[in-house]
Amino acid sequence: MIHRLLTIIGEYFLFLRQVFSKPEKWRIFFKKLVEEMNAMGIGSLLIVAIVSVSMGSVITIQTAMQIESSWIPTWTVGFVSRTSIVMELCPTIISLLLVGNLGSRITAEIGSMRVTEQIDALEVMGINPASHLVLPKVIASLIVNPVLIIYSICFALVGGYITIILSGSVSPYDFMDGLTYCFRVYDIIYAVTKTFVFAFIMSTVSSFYGYRIEGGALELGKASTQGIMVSSFLILIINVLITQIML
Amino acid sequence: MIELKNVSKYFGEKQVLFDINTQFEEGKVNLIIGRSGSGKTVMMKCLVGLYAPEEGEVLYNGRNFHHFSHADQRKLRAEMGMVFQGSALFDSMTIEENVMFPLDMLTDMGDKEKIDRVNFCLNRVELPNVNKLYPAELSGGMKKRAAIARAIACNPRYLFCDEPNSGLDPKTSLTIDELLTDITHEFGITTVINTHDLNSVIVIGETISFIYEGKLAWRGNSQNVLTSDNKPLNDFIFAQPLTQRIRQTL
Repeated sequence: MIHRLLTIIGEYFLFLRQVFSKPEKWRIFFKKLVEEMNAMGIGSLLIVAIVSVSMGSVITIQTAMQIESSWIPTWTVGFVSRTSIVMELCPTIISLLLVGNLGSRITAEIGSMRVTEQIDALEVMGINPASHLVLPKVIASLIVNPVLIIYSICFALVGGYITIILSGSVSPYDFMDGLTYCFRVYDIIYAVTKTFVFAFIMSTVSSFYGYRIEGGALELGKASTQGIMVSSFLILIINVLITQIML
Repeated sequence: MIELKNVSKYFGEKQVLFDINTQFEEGKVNLIIGRSGSGKTVMMKCLVGLYAPEEGEVLYNGRNFHHFSHADQRKLRAEMGMVFQGSALFDSMTIEENVMFPLDMLTDMGDKEKIDRVNFCLNRVELPNVNKLYPAELSGGMKKRAAIARAIACNPRYLFCDEPNSGLDPKTSLTIDELLTDITHEFGITTVINTHDLNSVIVIGETISFIYEGKLAWRGNSQNVLTSDNKPLNDFIFAQPLTQRIRQTL
């Protein structure tokens, strides 16, 4: 069991070494990078917006319900909602959502190329398949995921604000006061840093599981599930470490 | 010339190739034949460097491929073209982009020159007017021909084909055989084909290596393949009732 785990970790780092080598042609690399950013970013906008609005609404309702005391000022609802959304919910939950959405797509795409010998074809041509196929995906996710998280934070806060207007539990002015109270740019840096690391884990682990497939369609399904599970597990562990280090 | 010297290949405990010694001659159609599971594809993957044999040498003009520097391996691979069993065309690209891909990656040709070369290759394999189609829109035979066009795009010195006739009807198989033979002689390519198609064996095999249970059981050519007294080879060649009748007439 430990031997197998160490072997997989070793293979992962050898794979990363292959991925982070100089692209064969920069023009082709940038073309693929733009294609990947387009597919990853545009393809995720709707689902991220829906989940973010829902998450913002729910956290605002729950916070408002918990802080029903005359001793606690009502702007606290906005403050607590903002802090939860910016520092934890959007970076972590949306990153986990993106693992399911983008990560599984990456594993399936690379895995099906492996199964249908397209990766072998690249290798026979003398092209480094790991760098050619995976590097644009990794760089694209490092650029796109933080942007998606900022976008998600905006939608979650808007969701919370709309909920406050509709429910009337707290005055919208007090809620806005809370949202802007003691705002620190460092919180955004913290959120983006986390997302950046999560994006790296998602893209490299998903690619790794697709790249090492041996067999057919059944293995492809298994690899996709494994990629999602391992990425999610690592994201949760790293989340604790980053939080401990940065806060 | 390509040569295999004492090549053995293992997957874990299981030995797949046993001490193979054979040669593939320059400018000729060289066949590797044998039953399914005999080790033909593994042998071809050793030849193109996708697998490294545990024992023995794969020699290109006397130099061991697996001892080449990374740069030399890349240089040699730029001289190789390969047609895979399932064609291995890139799904996300059109046929034109597929054929242009090695030109984009491995040459410094201008756009006009690349388009001309792509059209030449597609016309050569008799696939005009498919430039903008995707692989999923082509039949099996057309895919194979597109894969051949991609494989010859960079004027390769060596062409490797893994079961180019598999899954094709007899007429299309013939067309692919003729095409591979013509291309080999026209461009002076050293072609190595993995096959268990009997027409290929009888008609196009200028050298034939017969693999039986991972061992080289016989070596010859299309002239003497039907008259050999090698039992495993005869069991393979004359397995079908039709070929048994042919044998009776020989």
